[in-house]
Amino acid sequence: MGTILNRLLGREKKSAQQAKERLKLVLNYDRAALNPGKIEFLKDELIDVISRHIDVDPSAVRIEMAQDGRQQRLIAEIPIKPSSRHRSR
Amino acid sequence: MVAKVVTITSGKGGVGKTTATANLGAAFASQGFKVVCIDADIGLRNLDVVLGLENRIVYDLVDVVEGRCRLRQAMIRDKRLPELYLIPAAQTRDKSAISPSDMVRLCNDLRGECDWIMIDSPAGIERGFHNAIAPADIVVVITNPEVSAVRDADRIIGLVEAEERGPARLVINRVKPEMVRREDMISPDDIIDLLAIELIGIIPEDEAVTLSTNRGVPISLDGKSQAGQAFRNISLRLRGEDVPFMDIQEQGNIFGRLTRFIRSGGD
Repeated sequence: MGTILNRLLGREKKSAQQAKERLKLVLNYDRAALNPGKIEFLKDELIDVISRHIDVDPSAVRIEMAQDGRQQRLIAEIPIKPSSRHRSR
Repeated sequence: MVAKVVTITSGKGGVGKTTATANLGAAFASQGFKVVCIDADIGLRNLDVVLGLENRIVYDLVDVVEGRCRLRQAMIRDKRLPELYLIPAAQTRDKSAISPSDMVRLCNDLRGECDWIMIDSPAGIERGFHNAIAPADIVVVITNPEVSAVRDADRIIGLVEAEERGPARLVINRVKPEMVRREDMISPDDIIDLLAIELIGIIPEDEAVTLSTNRGVPISLDGKSQAGQAFRNISLRLRGEDVPFMDIQEQGNIFGRLTRFIRSGGD
């Protein structure tokens, strides 16, 4: 019922759009020869290494694959925790 | 004559490699070029039936490679298009019966004798695929608007580049304009966007293709069919001509035309 209502109201994504989004993700991983689940391991290890030098917020770390033509890019966004020296001011 | 070698491949099976090979070969032959089509799908030959030449096979590709006959003896001449030849695949052997260097040697022997060599690649990414692309000057990757076919096409494009046979060119087969308009089929623009390679043809879904394979007469020889026109356009683009992409709206469908007319605001 909800699906029909959503469709009538144009809220549900068209299937072609879904196909494109799913393909985009799957091609990113295929091209990098990486299984999607592995990215979580990579993320944990990255946090591990970086935390030895800088104080980071593990819950806010984002890692994603991006496409630039047929080139793949791994993008990591790693927010750094404000240092206590700055906070105390 | 110095032939160009064109290999048609796809990764996934059943997307139209054999149909495209037969139709592009027939299109070139009807333009006056001498064409040799090679079926590299050893063990699962089909280019012979699509071209309607199945009853005339005596020798095949493996016979040539293993020296049981001369190259000429394995070339079956088409009756309608005397400049079109087929070298059929062996049906009782497998892909390991020939090697990439056998294919390169065979094509080198043919290059001086014809204008175009069209190779029908088997599905998959194994030996048969490597045999098919080894001698290629141009690799054409064919897909259809399904997620599985597009994904496999991407994999193949990467492998073609890795083998230094790229950049591959893309043909999108079996496009249904009405479904694309309803956004229920991934559009050619989106596929190009995802695969990031040069497009050289869009073939609309056309019932006439089934009829033509039933009869063993390539559809590119049919002046009226849209798919036939699309194949002829691809042949011209492979020759280096700048042919605009045709409008594949559903012609002759009065309802479709009417709704488009209304949606466009009546202009």
